[in-house]
Amino acid sequence: MSTTTDTSGRTGAGRATIAARTLRTDRWWLPPLATFVAFVAWVAYATVRAFMQEYYFVSEYGYLTPFYSPCVSVGCVEGSSHFGTFLPDVWWLPYAAVSLPFLLLFRLTCYYYRKAYYRAFWLSPPACAVAEPHARYTGETRFPLILQNAHRYFFYLAAIVTLVNTYDAVLAFAKPGGGFGLGLGNIILVANVVLLWGYTASCHSCRSAVGGRLNHFSRHPVRYKMWTFVSKLNTRHSQYAWATLASLAITDFYVMAVSAGWISDLRIVG
Amino acid sequence: MTEQIEQHSYDVVVIGAGGAGLRAAIEARLQGKRTAIISKSLFGKAHTVMAEGGCAASMGNANPNDNWQVHFRDTMRGGKFLNNWRMAELHAREAPDRVWELETYGALFDRTAEGKISQRNFGGHTYPRLAHVGDRTGLELIRTLQQKVVSLQQEDFAETGDYESRIRVFAECTITELFTTSEGPGERGAISGCFGYFRDDGRFVRFDAPSIVLATGGVGKSYSVTSNSWEYTGDGHALALRAGATLINMEFLQFHPTGMVWPPSVKGILVTESVRGDGGVLRNSDGERFMFSYVPDVFRDQYATSEEEGDRWYTDPDNNRRPPELLPRDEVARAINSEVKAGRGSPHGGVFLDVSTRLKAEEILKRLPSMHHQFKELADVDITAEPMEVGPTCHYVMGGVEVDPDSAMSSVPGLFAAGEVAGGMHGSNRLGGNSLSDLLVFGRRAGLHAAQHADRGRPAVTESDVQDAVERALLPFSTATDGGENPFMVQQELQKTMHELVGIIRKEDEMEMALKKLEDIATRTRTVSVEGHRTFNPGWHLALDLRNMLLVSLCVGKAALERQESRGGHTRDDYPVMDSDWRHQLLVCSALGEDDIELTRKDQIAMRADLFDLFEMDELKKYYTGEELGGHRTELAE
Amino acid sequence: MTSTQNGTHLQHFKVWRGDDTKGELVDYAVEVNEGEVVLDIIHRLQATEANDLAVRWNCKAGKCGSCSAEINGRPRLLCMTRMNTFAENEVVTVTPLRTFPVIRDLVTDVSFNYTKAREIPSFTPPEGVEPGEYRMQQVDVERSQEFRKCIECYLCQNTCHVVRDHEENKQEFAGPRYLMRMAELDMHPLDAHGNRAVESQEEHGLGFCNITKCCTEVCPEHIKITDNALIPMKERAVDRKYDPLVWLGNKIFRRPGS
Repeated sequence: MSTTTDTSGRTGAGRATIAARTLRTDRWWLPPLATFVAFVAWVAYATVRAFMQEYYFVSEYGYLTPFYSPCVSVGCVEGSSHFGTFLPDVWWLPYAAVSLPFLLLFRLTCYYYRKAYYRAFWLSPPACAVAEPHARYTGETRFPLILQNAHRYFFYLAAIVTLVNTYDAVLAFAKPGGGFGLGLGNIILVANVVLLWGYTASCHSCRSAVGGRLNHFSRHPVRYKMWTFVSKLNTRHSQYAWATLASLAITDFYVMAVSAGWISDLRIVG
Repeated sequence: MTEQIEQHSYDVVVIGAGGAGLRAAIEARLQGKRTAIISKSLFGKAHTVMAEGGCAASMGNANPNDNWQVHFRDTMRGGKFLNNWRMAELHAREAPDRVWELETYGALFDRTAEGKISQRNFGGHTYPRLAHVGDRTGLELIRTLQQKVVSLQQEDFAETGDYESRIRVFAECTITELFTTSEGPGERGAISGCFGYFRDDGRFVRFDAPSIVLATGGVGKSYSVTSNSWEYTGDGHALALRAGATLINMEFLQFHPTGMVWPPSVKGILVTESVRGDGGVLRNSDGERFMFSYVPDVFRDQYATSEEEGDRWYTDPDNNRRPPELLPRDEVARAINSEVKAGRGSPHGGVFLDVSTRLKAEEILKRLPSMHHQFKELADVDITAEPMEVGPTCHYVMGGVEVDPDSAMSSVPGLFAAGEVAGGMHGSNRLGGNSLSDLLVFGRRAGLHAAQHADRGRPAVTESDVQDAVERALLPFSTATDGGENPFMVQQELQKTMHELVGIIRKEDEMEMALKKLEDIATRTRTVSVEGHRTFNPGWHLALDLRNMLLVSLCVGKAALERQESRGGHTRDDYPVMDSDWRHQLLVCSALGEDDIELTRKDQIAMRADLFDLFEMDELKKYYTGEELGGHRTELAE
Repeated sequence: MTSTQNGTHLQHFKVWRGDDTKGELVDYAVEVNEGEVVLDIIHRLQATEANDLAVRWNCKAGKCGSCSAEINGRPRLLCMTRMNTFAENEVVTVTPLRTFPVIRDLVTDVSFNYTKAREIPSFTPPEGVEPGEYRMQQVDVERSQEFRKCIECYLCQNTCHVVRDHEENKQEFAGPRYLMRMAELDMHPLDAHGNRAVESQEEHGLGFCNITKCCTEVCPEHIKITDNALIPMKERAVDRKYDPLVWLGNKIFRRPGS
């Protein structure tokens, strides 16, 4: 056996003496590594964009990137804010500071993302049946991780933000000068919003709230139907989580590229 | 010899932790008795988990016309009237209560629209009668009883601070010997305890107890193709024999016609009857649907004579006769057997069961999900695209310890038996669904009466018996067996002998040959030797199980040779029909030393008049002799 | 390895042999035939060159959950791992479950699980409902029925890093199988216990679970342990402990037994 020696003293009394950290022969390190790289890249991109305070709105077609929605800073360009402007325009405050922290917390406390980053960042565990490098483990039993239990509140808030994003996407069909407009940007905005709803509605807290908490579905037929529907979505929660990361980045990048004049929007109507 | 022997004292010791054993233990504990459960494997792993179909009980949820009388009649018919009628009566009367009781333990059966326990149809049952949970009813039963034991332990913990103060499970423990008091004049030796070893470290253990319940299941491991697990080595049957009790009906074994034959890892595992019911056809290696050549005369009118007609039946059963694939189990098993013997078998010694050419893939997935899963996961065979290879598999032994029907006590005072290890209830053939209900009804009865028996005093264990038991258990390690054989080889030889010579179709000369071979195997069994030490040593475990398998095989062989007729689970090539003169004959086995048995005949007690009257005279005539029916009329006249 | 006709070949096996004091991987070259599973190979070793090789097994059909072990480092049932999932020249390493004390060779002492089973409060029957009077709708029992498919192979208990990597957590953590049992009873339409979610969190270590889903990945019955049992139980605990909205809702729209 040519493997690393287990020095953490984790194995309990009487367990089989097997020195190897794992005997897995597959490439178990690949999924957590891929997750790590993807998350780091995404967070880097999102951070840069959130603080850029530029190229977030295409005034010609009313495209607003979700990273700046709702745009409530006094610095927001004309036409981009639909809910008033009240935040001061300082470099360290994103224009969508009323939504971004909650979206971040919604995803940070999400049951799927937790699995992904506990594995990829904390290595707790890096993969199934691969020993983790920590001497002690208390999970979500104490502060700060016990706060993960607040997930449902961020779900409620995120649902509101998704409503706002939906409003943005619908509004973008009306050209600022009046009349109906349809371009590739509209399609991207709508696709993004559809995926966001998929992700938000498939949330485990949502599943519990609509019906999961009940013990007698038979007495609540409507909620049972809702629960059944959400349960179906829920099996794809991780796919929605990844798909929305991609769609958010793509939507934002598209808006940025059009807004900066790097490309022009592909117009279909108007 | 200075062997350390762990010693325990209980009121009731239950050997076996399947459905019957757990139900018995629960009852004994509920009666306030200190109870031990001894399990050959881990707690909760019993063979009961393999039962799929359901648990028969005439609750009348699906059809209100159902009642215990109908269930009783079905059971007697299924057993060809050789059943112990009192057991069949108790079983039919008490099964519904036993099932309902499980719900109070936490069982979750499938439901009807009104929220009652759903009941399904099964072969031989007049009405939908089987309480079930999908196709894992046995697992539900075991888990429910296991959890009830835990809940009783929690009650005891609350009261005494010790979970195990009144009911304790001894897992991975094999009992090798029962102790009885010596026989006095006109008095049988009574149970005083038992002896065994823990599989994990090989340490010996003895239990002193006035009541012992055997609930060890069946004997299928004496056959090379069986649906039974390794535990089914007939331990209870053999322990009872050696303690002086008797076995009855050992010639009756149920062979299921369709077990998997390939791959080797799953040889013997059941392929449910519904595959044929849903359109699966049997073909030989020539591609011929051979069942058409095997329709017996008595069934001619009810079965299709052409493939076209058989095919039409699936969609239009009113105007066509059913295909011969749906003949009774024994007929199908016999036909498959003949095809294989004639050299028209599949590559691995079975025949082809094909549903892929008859139903669309999505239809198969919808109707037979568990079979699709079973073949996909275990055999890497996609039944929507290719045929299965199937053949008969040894499934259930109707025979077992001869017991008093009401108390489940054997002829040895203090020795009780329930479940598959007890004989009589199912007669010559068991109906599907009747085994789970059997476990519950007679498990409870055995536990109840064992508890009552424990009040009648505690006979002491004879110390020299304990020494003898230690010596016998260590024999495979001793120098006396130096140069002896590997137990795995002897086991294979035994299984092969039983499978080939005392299998589904039996012939006098073959069985005589089998008995001769068993004599030789007996010698080899006594001298098998094992290497290594006693810590979890499978070779040693098998060496000790082997003598049980041998004793049981002798019973099956001798009884099968004696019974010169064909009935239920006993088919004689040389006596192919049922003979009313044999119906009331029970063949009783008792032990002659460690590896021989004696066979005697005994008359079945006549059925009580009110039960007899539940049947039409026309039906009874098929089974009873004129003399018996005449006698009955006189009885009524009195 | 050497291939012969009839789909038979020799495969390189490494099997862990030893007891609670010492042990090592022992090399064997074993015959493998078409259609076999790992348990068949272990049995072949037993019947030929290693009569005393200890392995626990029962039904050989994936229904009893006895033959749990680790194959190439992954917790599996020996009877449900087909040999054709390995290349003929691949080394197949079979070791005992790592989370429990070893007894001998591939057999481990799984009594931890039985201890935990006993700590879970049993089904509490509803008062005043006689046997035979239980009425439950199919839709209401289906969730618990999924969990009752469990064959207690303990692969989830073995793979869960909470105890696999931290022996000291065994005291406080019931493990996925028994937290799922709590969920099963909490969702039982007639269980009268009433406070299982909070108890799961406060007494059985639900908070240790960081939902990394290894239990779900190894389950041979494909029970969605994490999504259908553990997360719903976490949510139900939040209902009781941290959610004023649900608390208020229950006060205002009180419905019996919902």
